[in-house]
Amino acid sequence: MSIAAQRTSVRIATGDRLRFYSTQNVPLLLSLGLLVAMIVLYVILFVAKQGHAPGSFEFVTTVNNTMSVGLASVGQTLVVLTGGIDLSVGGIVDLTNSLAATMMANNPGSMLLISLLVLLVGAGAGLLNGLLVAFGRLQPIVVTLATLAIWQGVALFVLPQPGGTIPNDFSNLLTGTVPALGNLPCGIIVLLLLIALWQVLRRTLFLVALYAIGNDERAARANGTPILLAKVGAYTLGGAFSGAAGLYFAAFTTSGDATSGTPLTLTSIAAVVLGGISLFGGRGSAVGALAGAFILTLLLSNLFFAGVNPQLQDLFSGLFLILAVVASTLVGRLLQRTRRSAG
Amino acid sequence: MPSIEGVQVSKWFGGVRALREASFSAEPGEVHALVGENGAGKSTMIKILSGLFRPDLGRVRVDGRDVTLDNPQAAMRLGIGTIFQELTLLPYMTVAENLLLGREPRRGGIINRGAMPVAAQALLDEAGIGGIQPLELVANLSLAQRQIVEIVKTISRQPKILFMDEPTSALAAREVEWLFGLINTLRERGTCIVFTSHRWNEVKGIANRITIYRNGETVGTYDASALGEEEAVERMTGRKLEMLFTAPAPLAEYKPVLEVRDLVANGVNGVSLTAHQGEVLGIGGLAGQGQRELLLSLFGVNRPRGGTIAVHGQATRIGSPRDAIRRGIALIPEDRKTEGLLLPLPVRQNLTLPILDRLASAGFVRRREEADLIHAMIDQLGIRTPSADQPVGALSGGNQQKVLIGRWLLTQARILLLYDITRGVDVATKHDIYELIRRLSEQGHTLLLYSTDTEEIAHVCHRILIMREGRFVSELSGPNISPEAIVAAAIRVPGQVKVEVPT
Repeated sequence: MSIAAQRTSVRIATGDRLRFYSTQNVPLLLSLGLLVAMIVLYVILFVAKQGHAPGSFEFVTTVNNTMSVGLASVGQTLVVLTGGIDLSVGGIVDLTNSLAATMMANNPGSMLLISLLVLLVGAGAGLLNGLLVAFGRLQPIVVTLATLAIWQGVALFVLPQPGGTIPNDFSNLLTGTVPALGNLPCGIIVLLLLIALWQVLRRTLFLVALYAIGNDERAARANGTPILLAKVGAYTLGGAFSGAAGLYFAAFTTSGDATSGTPLTLTSIAAVVLGGISLFGGRGSAVGALAGAFILTLLLSNLFFAGVNPQLQDLFSGLFLILAVVASTLVGRLLQRTRRSAG
Repeated sequence: MPSIEGVQVSKWFGGVRALREASFSAEPGEVHALVGENGAGKSTMIKILSGLFRPDLGRVRVDGRDVTLDNPQAAMRLGIGTIFQELTLLPYMTVAENLLLGREPRRGGIINRGAMPVAAQALLDEAGIGGIQPLELVANLSLAQRQIVEIVKTISRQPKILFMDEPTSALAAREVEWLFGLINTLRERGTCIVFTSHRWNEVKGIANRITIYRNGETVGTYDASALGEEEAVERMTGRKLEMLFTAPAPLAEYKPVLEVRDLVANGVNGVSLTAHQGEVLGIGGLAGQGQRELLLSLFGVNRPRGGTIAVHGQATRIGSPRDAIRRGIALIPEDRKTEGLLLPLPVRQNLTLPILDRLASAGFVRRREEADLIHAMIDQLGIRTPSADQPVGALSGGNQQKVLIGRWLLTQARILLLYDITRGVDVATKHDIYELIRRLSEQGHTLLLYSTDTEEIAHVCHRILIMREGRFVSELSGPNISPEAIVAAAIRVPGQVKVEVPT
């Protein structure tokens, strides 16, 4: 009964694999479907309002608008998979954004150094969360609520007034376009790298451990999963992603602001929810969270093009979030029922 | 030299001493049964010997050497594999991911996901298991299937020492046979196998030696061939046990209470039955033949798609548990911890939670009236608790069941659907539950009872309906009831080579 003897065994038909994959990833597929619907709606509303199809400018803007939330939501995903939550995302973005804007000089050495520093600061902030949650056995929501305030405070200390600058070259590197690739937005390259990174990550024992913990921490422990280590890893890597979000945000706005990152706590959670990731942990994919981030950006654009009073934007965003979650739950249940009666 | 030993082990949980200088020792190539009532310390000892708990006092030895097992990984490295009573499968991961957890096929450190289902299928094949798809989520498996996956997972790591805490409690006869075949193979290979079970014939059937625990202490270790059931029960409980089962009092009259005609629901393919006042009606058959689905559909969870249900002669529609409760139907599930009881809350609140509105004036609970009801119920069911303020979680399994049943009785339930409620329950508590069933029957309640334990169904029911593939295939009553007759009726199907575990 050894693992070595498995080569000769039966194959599993591609059809079967697809069938199982699709029934087990309904939330992810729904969020991708929702994303497509939002894109279609965006194009329709845009044409109706502007009289021509959206072009590369709109493409670049949408991508650049989204990627900070996207990066933060990947970090949020790691933590949510363990069944936790990271409210400090916004604080870490504030801090790293302020650090980048005050420290980065206009030369490649500085850009590289400060970028690494900012990622390290994010990881360090996440490490603190992780240690408190894993070894301090404190509730994630309490720990990260406290560290949110701490990093917000430190960010204001670093950059009391909005200001600082980000060198143009650096800004272009992350938010510009690549002429050689038909003016492909750099943000898309970041997105593709992120998806590729996720595909590798989820094939590591680390991610398997995160899923196991989120499924059932007690059972994971009995299976020999290193719970504490994996949790610390999730918060640390999550913090690094928040740092990356802060860096991207600085590049996008070409300056710093110690408060502008705060909303990312909630938008990253909203993206995770729209991405079909279970807040109970153990289920979902960062690809869904990225889709969720784009859905949120497109939602704002669509509300704008639909002529909704900007003051009512938040109200409609909230309604949309509830509707999306309700609809996805209903569809999920319906599918489960048809599947059960079919099988 | 023993493969594994626990020497003079003591363990406290809070103020409760779970083990009192208890010892245990098992040899390679033997099957060693560890028996005792619930709370005797069997599971605690197994958890200590497999690294989940650390002993407060005493030593653990593997192959004669003192070891410190800080965590389950440390035990695994020493070749100790454990099938815990609370399963350790991850529900929203696939069978393959569960089977291969922590040892996934890898290419350059990266998990080769494509190879996983194939590797998992190989493990299932090797164990002789069909009918479980490696790509299925564990959450979609039946309890028996999960138990089987858990067993395959542990055994496939080729442990030198294998602990199994209640491995058969979720399994039906055929699956137990499969497991015992597997155990025999491992024994021949020299594996040291330790298991616990509340079913004496299983213990007797496969164990070489038997160690008995009582109240956290070792009573003794015996050759299985030299120990009889009477003696074993006496040593386990410290007192002589009269007949374990209590036969139901014959019905004086047959007054139909629940009449079901041609019921169709998921897993139920046209079932008709009439249950009478005071009757204990057994639903038998192999595991997973629609018994669970039938009871769930009578409780409105598994919504009926066709057929009629009448309660006290009145046709009724049961589309939700609310409908069922209003009609006086209650479901007592197997997994009382996850379904219904609030373990940290006291017996009092657990009993009266659903009827508080009846007990309240202007939002304030009438304490005296509540206390009277609670004490009457504690007496009626014989709930053993120091006081009504004791947290339910601190009671024994059998008494937790009684609290759950008591709650339903307070809501005026007259039809009780009992789904495998003695699973994983010790002898003395089982006896209590059988007495309770008899008592409820005498009080005029109607009971529908499904159990994985054939002996149990055979002894406590007036009448038994055997289910197969969602239908009733035969009925046994009166003198025709015997465990052998039930098994014969259940397995009258074309022979199969593999154990097919039906979904």
